[in-house]
Amino acid sequence: MGEAGRLVEGLRAYRLIAGMWIRSTLAYRVSFALTVAGGLMVTGLDFVAILLMFSQVDVLGGYTLPEVAFLYGLSATSFGLADLAIGSAGRLGSRVRDGTLDTLLVRPAPVLAQVAADRFALRRVSRLIQGALVLGYACAALDVAWSPVKVALVPVMLVCGGVIFSAVFVAGAAFQFVAQDASEVQAAFTYGGQTLLQYPPTVFGKELVRGVTFVLPLAFVNWVPAAHVLGRPYPLGLPQWAASAPPLVAVACCAVAGLAWRAGLRTYRSTGS
Amino acid sequence: MSKGVTVSEGVTVSEGVPVPESAFIEVDRVEKVFDVRRRTGFLRRELRRVRAVDAISFTVARGEMVGYIGPNGAGKSTTIKMLTGILTPSGGRLRVAGIDPSRERSRLAHRIGVVFGQRTTLWWDLPLIDSYRLMHRMYRIPDGRYRENLDRLVELLDLSALLDVPVRQLSLGQRMRGDVAAALLHDPEVLYLDEPTIGLDVVSKARVREFLRELNSERGTTVLLTTHDLQDIEQLCSRVMVIDHGRLVYDGALAGLHEAGESERTLVVDLARELPPVDVGEAARVVRVEGPRQWLAFPASASAAPLVARIAAEYPLVDLSVREPDIEAVIARMLSTTTDAPNSPPERETDREADRETVVPGPGNS
Amino acid sequence: MGSARLYAAVAAGGFRRYATYRVATAAGVFTNTVFGLILVYTYLALWDERPHLGGYDQAQAVTYVWLGQALFATLAIQGGGFETELMERIRTGEVAVDLYRPADLQAWWLASDLGRALFQLLGRGVLPFVFGAVFFPTALPLDPVTWLAFGVTIALAMVVSFGIRFLVALSGFWLMDGTGAVQVLMVTGMFFSGMALPLNAFPRPLGDIVTLLPWSALLQMPADVLMGRTDPLPAFAFQAGWAVVLLAVGRLVQGAATRRVVVQGG
Repeated sequence: MGEAGRLVEGLRAYRLIAGMWIRSTLAYRVSFALTVAGGLMVTGLDFVAILLMFSQVDVLGGYTLPEVAFLYGLSATSFGLADLAIGSAGRLGSRVRDGTLDTLLVRPAPVLAQVAADRFALRRVSRLIQGALVLGYACAALDVAWSPVKVALVPVMLVCGGVIFSAVFVAGAAFQFVAQDASEVQAAFTYGGQTLLQYPPTVFGKELVRGVTFVLPLAFVNWVPAAHVLGRPYPLGLPQWAASAPPLVAVACCAVAGLAWRAGLRTYRSTGS
Repeated sequence: MSKGVTVSEGVTVSEGVPVPESAFIEVDRVEKVFDVRRRTGFLRRELRRVRAVDAISFTVARGEMVGYIGPNGAGKSTTIKMLTGILTPSGGRLRVAGIDPSRERSRLAHRIGVVFGQRTTLWWDLPLIDSYRLMHRMYRIPDGRYRENLDRLVELLDLSALLDVPVRQLSLGQRMRGDVAAALLHDPEVLYLDEPTIGLDVVSKARVREFLRELNSERGTTVLLTTHDLQDIEQLCSRVMVIDHGRLVYDGALAGLHEAGESERTLVVDLARELPPVDVGEAARVVRVEGPRQWLAFPASASAAPLVARIAAEYPLVDLSVREPDIEAVIARMLSTTTDAPNSPPERETDREADRETVVPGPGNS
Repeated sequence: MGSARLYAAVAAGGFRRYATYRVATAAGVFTNTVFGLILVYTYLALWDERPHLGGYDQAQAVTYVWLGQALFATLAIQGGGFETELMERIRTGEVAVDLYRPADLQAWWLASDLGRALFQLLGRGVLPFVFGAVFFPTALPLDPVTWLAFGVTIALAMVVSFGIRFLVALSGFWLMDGTGAVQVLMVTGMFFSGMALPLNAFPRPLGDIVTLLPWSALLQMPADVLMGRTDPLPAFAFQAGWAVVLLAVGRLVQGAATRRVVVQGG
């Protein structure tokens, strides 16, 4: 089976398994609606904390509230996409520990697709909805001359950001093949990354910004392309074309995450953990 | 979709590669070496190299039903994991239906069924039927075939009342039956069972065994099962392979194993009060006394009924139970009595321990 | 005397249980350090814009951040202590066995959770805090009495945190699904304890209200005692008051739950 064949097989298995979980979730509509509403409150308070900050100041790191909300909305929505699509992969460590990964390996479908779709939690849409609401508010409140390019950049950022965060999830899962108890390290990069990107890059130390631009390129989720939309200077004085880099960065992240996943799975199959 | 096609008697072709019927599963000097890190101090680690499976060779013909037994940690599960493609062997050659399991895991998956006794392959939180529907799609089972198989399995394994119950609410025996059905929906040619009766009650055990017997005789499915329960083997398998310390130490008929082991069953009797050891002549001998409870050993081949009747007639019997010989005991006896086992390289007796574990000083920190 | 021994053993067990997960502990230290870094930069920006916000100077705001990271796992501010296990036992009905034990349910879990909290303070809390103190300007006292008082507030905070989570866990006797209760625990924990923003930096009327709630005993009180912004004795009284109230309510609820189990026959 070639790479393309594998991808098709993986997506098919993913669709089958996720579909089954969605059907079973929707069998209890009221309970589902309550959970999503609760989730909206949890994630909503996250933004309330930022509103509280802005009740005390007018700008943070030189950014106004609508600008920070724009960053927040982009970060939370892309993260929400990734978390919904592939967040279950974060449980890989416990699957390795209790041996249930073996049961996935005897099925005729790529393991990553099975792990990602397992217990597909539709309730995670609450993060997505909350992020989209904040983003909607930001777009309405921003004082920006919306050109067609800027408008088109918003969905591009969301998709590429979702892909970049997904790659981080996969790489984090791959690390759990080696260290099964280390799921919190993944949280530092996924949840931590999401939190980081909610604030302007001007707030953070240079070293940290360099790290999330060149080492773990989270800056391309929103900071760099959003700087173009907002007409702000790019972090680290990156060149103008950097705003169009997110698709390339997303592809590169996927490639690295894919390699990491394969290496992790190979380790598992040769050590049995 | 790689069903083998019979081209001449005794040989099938699996995508161009001929698979002899007599070596449907082929294991040739397969090994599996693990590096185990062990903490020996605060920051010191020791790296141990453990040969979980040590140059094992055997073949299984299509339609055979083979028991694979051995003490805990002997390498049974490791072998099964290599045969199913979960683990990659460290050395040797392995073929199942002409497929190299570790390299073509997904292709092999269509042709094998696997049941892990201790963990389910079913989706824990969902009704049983959802798992089956998913298998249907995932294995691309043709609709007619799926319905036919499902109806048959539901009937034989008595699952009709359980289909809408979430798997986590099933009892162990019910879940095991559900797992067996799930492993067979796609008509696998080989069925691996890892401890299929562990923890089951007597009725469930009997039902699972009965089903496996029929499956093997009527459908010709090749079955390889690991177990701790000698009765599984007695009632199901004509051939037994015994593995110990990663090596195959016996491969042959069950009768031979029993002879080699001269196994005994144990009758545990609770008497009304403390009494001197029960005397029933040659029929049994008392091996242990603890207060009013006594343990009597008698040959596994003999019936317990006359013995029980005699004790009940002569002693104030309150309660009793019969314990089957455990496999460890049989194997231990066998190992101490047999000197000639198949597949045993000459150096086996002398330095088995020595070559199994090699201590390598490892790096200090993680 | 005998029961004191028993609960000491239970606490030691709780400590040891968490101590065995070395990799998880290291991962937790890493995560808390990363979150501390993110938070500390945003606070620096905030206090840069509004010096003396909530009466803190920059060094005090920084200290507050790292203290929050140190206490995050210790006080299970987002949940994740004994309550997960207790709720599972209630869900499966195994709790009936616990109720027939010679030990008291509440005291048993309190001891076990204190053991856990102590381990997480030492194993997970100290390192991020030291990291923060080394790389950022902090406002730490030199006076040993203040540190001693700080230790007392932490111990009291542990009990208050337990009291809140015990109530959440017991809700499992009446609710079919604990997800909602756990969600409420997370929200309230993050927000009202001042994990997201110090309570004294909240705008006026809201700030006054949240300071009176039990969650302010978790992070705000220890922080204010450590940085000498409040007298220790009133802080102790506030924390102890909430601890007593929460434990007493917990006991009442436990009694009702026990009757319920007995009536239903487990």
